[in-house]
Parts: sequence; C-alpha cells; structure tokens
Amino acid sequence: MSEVAVQSADFDVGTEIISLSADDAEAGAVASFVGLVRGGEVAAMTLEHYPGMTEQALAEIVAQAKARWELRGVRVIHRVGRLLPGERIVFVGVATAHRGDAFAACEFIMDYLKTRAPFWKKETTPTGGRWVDAGETDTVAAQRWTSGDKP
Amino acid sequence: MLKVLYFASLREAIGTGAETIELPAACATLGALRDFLGARHAMLLTAKNLRAAVNQQMCGMEVAVADGDEVAFFPPVTGG
Repeated sequence: MSEVAVQSADFDVGTEIISLSADDAEAGAVASFVGLVRGGEVAAMTLEHYPGMTEQALAEIVAQAKARWELRGVRVIHRVGRLLPGERIVFVGVATAHRGDAFAACEFIMDYLKTRAPFWKKETTPTGGRWVDAGETDTVAAQRWTSGDKP
Repeated sequence: MLKVLYFASLREAIGTGAETIELPAACATLGALRDFLGARHAMLLTAKNLRAAVNQQMCGMEVAVADGDEVAFFPPVTGG
C-alpha cells in the first residue's frame, strides 16, 4: 500500500491503524490522528488541491519524518472534494518501536502537512462561501520542529 | 511557453485555474513574472501572503523561472 494517498473517498480508520503494524513483531507503538470537518455554522467544506504537487509534498514530508525517526509504518490519507460536518478529512498514522517516536512523528507530519501541502479549504456557510485563512498557530507549530528547543 | 496555475481564492478572483503564456524575456524570476501577470490579474499584486511554486516545489519570489516551467500562484495552504 502506498504511504500517501489523496482521494475523495472516505477511509476506514480501524483498517488503516491495523495495517500500520501488521506482521511486524518489532513495532511496539502506533499513533494516529484523524482530522474532521467541524460543524457549527459550516454546512459543508470543499477541499481543493494541486494535483501532482500534493502527492509529492506529502511524500517529501513522510521522507523527512523517516529521517528523524525510525518509522516501521506510515500512512497519510487526505481527502479532497466536498465534505460534510463530522466527515473525516485527514488520517496520519505511524508505527514505531516506542511510543515517544510514534507521538512525535505523527504530530510532525500533521504540522508540516498543515503548512506545506497544497490543500485549500472553502467553507459553505448560511451567508455564502468563504476560503479558510491560514492560521498563524499552524506556522508556529511547524516552526518548533526546526527551532533549537525540539519537542 | 510557460504554464501558470492559480488555486483557491486566487483562481476564483482571476477567473481561471490555468493559462499558458509566452515568458517575457524580462521575467527571469518568479517575482518579475508575478509583476508582469499582475498587470492583468491585480490580485497577484494585492493578495496577502501570496505563495508560489515552480515545477511543483514551493519557493520564494527570487527563484528563477524558465521556458517550459510550470508555475503556480496560490494563497497560504489550509489543509489538514
């Protein structure tokens, strides 16, 4: 199974988590993250991306994570198209020998994905559509991996 | 020829997601190309935190562009 996927279809979280460490007796930890469409006044969310560059950017982020931690399994799935509140947007899962590396690598991949992978969200609200602004907190979150005080 | 792509709010404001242009000799960098295209697509000059990629690699406005490249302009990414 390829390590990164960009697709409109939903994914099965259980299947993904299990496959990260299947037949791997050395894997001692699996950490995962699932991002969802928040409801509230948002009726729907449309995800646009840059085909080609997106897959390349995600593969590059995974490669950087592998350079930092010994990943025994890794999988990144990002959905595109129109999604409704409660629907899954993104899955990141990693398998490692110990839990510290699993937590860290999972968070690293999400932080980098947020700031480096070419996806854009447009929200549909009762007053019309609006493009989501990039959050400063996402930039700060990504920067801490390159600053001296590595988490 | 040069392929130029626009995404998200930029694509909507410009009214197209892609165009093919003749690269002017004076446009050696991404920044120069943005200024050139900005004459037709004002949003390229007014967009806050405009981002860009050359051949699908995100890069700064000082990066060189050449005939045959694929250039993209877009707002800061908001995936995840």
